[in-house]
Amino acid sequence: MILTVLHKTRYEFAAPVGGIIQSLRLTPAKSESQRVLDWSVEVPGAVLGTPFRDGAGDYVQTVSVRSPSMRIEVTVSGTVETSDTAGILRGHRERVPPRAYLRNTVRTEPNRAISELVTEVLKDRENAPELERAHLLAAAVAEAVAYKPGATSAHTTAAEAMTEGAGVCQDHAHVLIACAHLAGLPARYVAGYLNATEDGSPHEASHAWAEVCIDGLGWVGFDAANKCCPNEHYIRLGSGLDAQDAAPIRGLVLGGSEEELEVSVLVAPQGQSQQQ
Amino acid sequence: MAEPYFNEMYDAAGLRTPYQMLEGWHQNMPAEFRALKQAEAEDLFRRYGITFAVYGEGGDPDRLIPFDMFPRVFTSEEWRKLERGIKQRARALNAFLSDVYDRGEIIRAGRIPADLVYRNEAYEIAVAGFRPPLGVFSHIVGIDLVRTGADQFYVLEDNCRTPSGVSYMLENREVMMRMFPHLFQENRVAPVDGYARLLKRTLASVAPEKCDRDPKVVLLTPGHFNSAYYEHSFLADLMGIEMVEGQDLFVEGDFCYMRTTEGPQKVDVIYRRIDDAFLDPLCFRPDSALGVPGLMNVYRSGGVTICSAPGAGVADDKAIYTYVPEMVRFYLGEAPILENVPTWQCAKADDLKYVQEHIAELVIKEVHGSGGYGMLVGPKSDKATIEAFAAKLAANPSNYIAQPTLALSTCPTFVNEGIAPRHVDLRPYCLVGRDIELVPGGLTRVALTEGSLVVNSSQGGGVKDTWVIAEE
Repeated sequence: MILTVLHKTRYEFAAPVGGIIQSLRLTPAKSESQRVLDWSVEVPGAVLGTPFRDGAGDYVQTVSVRSPSMRIEVTVSGTVETSDTAGILRGHRERVPPRAYLRNTVRTEPNRAISELVTEVLKDRENAPELERAHLLAAAVAEAVAYKPGATSAHTTAAEAMTEGAGVCQDHAHVLIACAHLAGLPARYVAGYLNATEDGSPHEASHAWAEVCIDGLGWVGFDAANKCCPNEHYIRLGSGLDAQDAAPIRGLVLGGSEEELEVSVLVAPQGQSQQQ
Repeated sequence: MAEPYFNEMYDAAGLRTPYQMLEGWHQNMPAEFRALKQAEAEDLFRRYGITFAVYGEGGDPDRLIPFDMFPRVFTSEEWRKLERGIKQRARALNAFLSDVYDRGEIIRAGRIPADLVYRNEAYEIAVAGFRPPLGVFSHIVGIDLVRTGADQFYVLEDNCRTPSGVSYMLENREVMMRMFPHLFQENRVAPVDGYARLLKRTLASVAPEKCDRDPKVVLLTPGHFNSAYYEHSFLADLMGIEMVEGQDLFVEGDFCYMRTTEGPQKVDVIYRRIDDAFLDPLCFRPDSALGVPGLMNVYRSGGVTICSAPGAGVADDKAIYTYVPEMVRFYLGEAPILENVPTWQCAKADDLKYVQEHIAELVIKEVHGSGGYGMLVGPKSDKATIEAFAAKLAANPSNYIAQPTLALSTCPTFVNEGIAPRHVDLRPYCLVGRDIELVPGGLTRVALTEGSLVVNSSQGGGVKDTWVIAEE
């Protein structure tokens, strides 16, 4: 499938700020599930560093504005050819040993409810294949955390989402990572895009899911929010220990003032209309 | 007199050679003159402004660490062996770091457990796969040594991040030379004042490949609230480089720049004295105001070198320490010259059995403990304490390691009545860049309290000038 992406992020400041610096992970890397046909990242008025690939195989790029500014707008546009690899991340060049992804952050630290969920789900399944255990955990997370936009915020932890029993894709990913770690499986957070236009569901086109490292298969994506594994509707941007670590845009405003953030993400199969 | 501890000045056979010239010196020193000199030393240290806690021990930052005027002396022969051992260890630690951020051969070979490395907090995922210039991660390796016999040295711990205290090594010498110039005319004491030049050369040698000029080196300090701030400015001055804080640097495009009155100046090498977590809020702790946003991107794309390399801390972790001799064998194919303190891992059944049988002779520590908490010093504990500890050990063996109680060597130290033996340790500073360099000397810490084995300055420790007698 060929997907087109138009992703705009605009920060508007109430008063001029002294400068802006961002680290972007907004360029998909090549793997068997995705191939970039064309891609551009534009930030008018900013100095862009040369993109490089980090150890996790993601493209990273620095953006900075040193003069007083009222706004900054990051525009990502491009076309990606995707294929369904049943969620398996193959042909992705990376250098980080999977076992480094067994550590938790404040966002993926389990609480008692999460531990109990894992114990319950894996009862008598301790010797089941890793893939089966990962599927069981993903299904259990989908069950335990209802999809409910607005129930949580960008800073919600796995434990809080679990207590709330509701959340969005970010929360599902955090809870699933916490569960996988308890089960001894390396797991990480993935940020990307989802083409959700087909079923007309109201999902945001920017999306997040978890990857779990399965013996013999390597990294496999699990989208607990949608109860599936990533397929040709997914574009993978980058990974990390949690949402903050994997954020497509991590930035800092110098001499900051009130900011207003406006994001629009359009993902559609090539040929379909893209009017805003 | 037979002492249970190795006395570095007087052994069983009498006065040891390296101390010969010091015997007459202290014997002929009238008490009033000594008091005068001691006051002069304190005055000099105050004037230089050295008032910081060593090794991040905390405590009053304005407190002077007591300086003992009696030098500690090594022969050139003793030093040659130490030097070979220290350089060997520094090479092995760097080889280990290069390896675990690359293919992890030592782990694949089953010589060190994967989880000990990859699940270690100090293992930085952000730099996996990145090779810093010349493959060097730890550019200043501080190796803490203790001596237990004429020929017996043990490594207590390695410091691969930013070991502090070297300014004491330099100032102790400076003060001694000012106060007792004749000692240095009569004795061939190898100079240590080349350290700053060597440090600068080491830092310049690891400039990024992209750098096509005389590299611009700066020292990045967390600021004057840091307990080692004095050392930062002292070293920057000696090297003739700028000392900067995070806000003095900025990132643009593929490079890092320093703000100056003449406009931005590109920086090639950063000798950082701040921890990984605070280096770059866009990569590590987002709330850090001490670092430089975007720095890690510049670093990882080869625009600037950070010394020590982010992630170097995984080599000096307490749990990794046990495996350093293995690193020497694995990477260098050599036998380790310096020994580790033998360590029993209570998680292992055989080790646990030994520890339980010899509990009264051993020092038992929590694996993740520090600062002397939660530990048992067998020979200095009563029966009830030992029994209570034995119960804790049995309940959770994997939480403990055990080591023999080390008989730290002593060195003569000025006390009210004249001189008396006091326990000492040693931290030399090994520089690793294009070359591996070690100035002849280091920082000697001394436990000023009689009988004390604790040299930490927070517990009454002091420092001494450390001499290596130059070759004929």
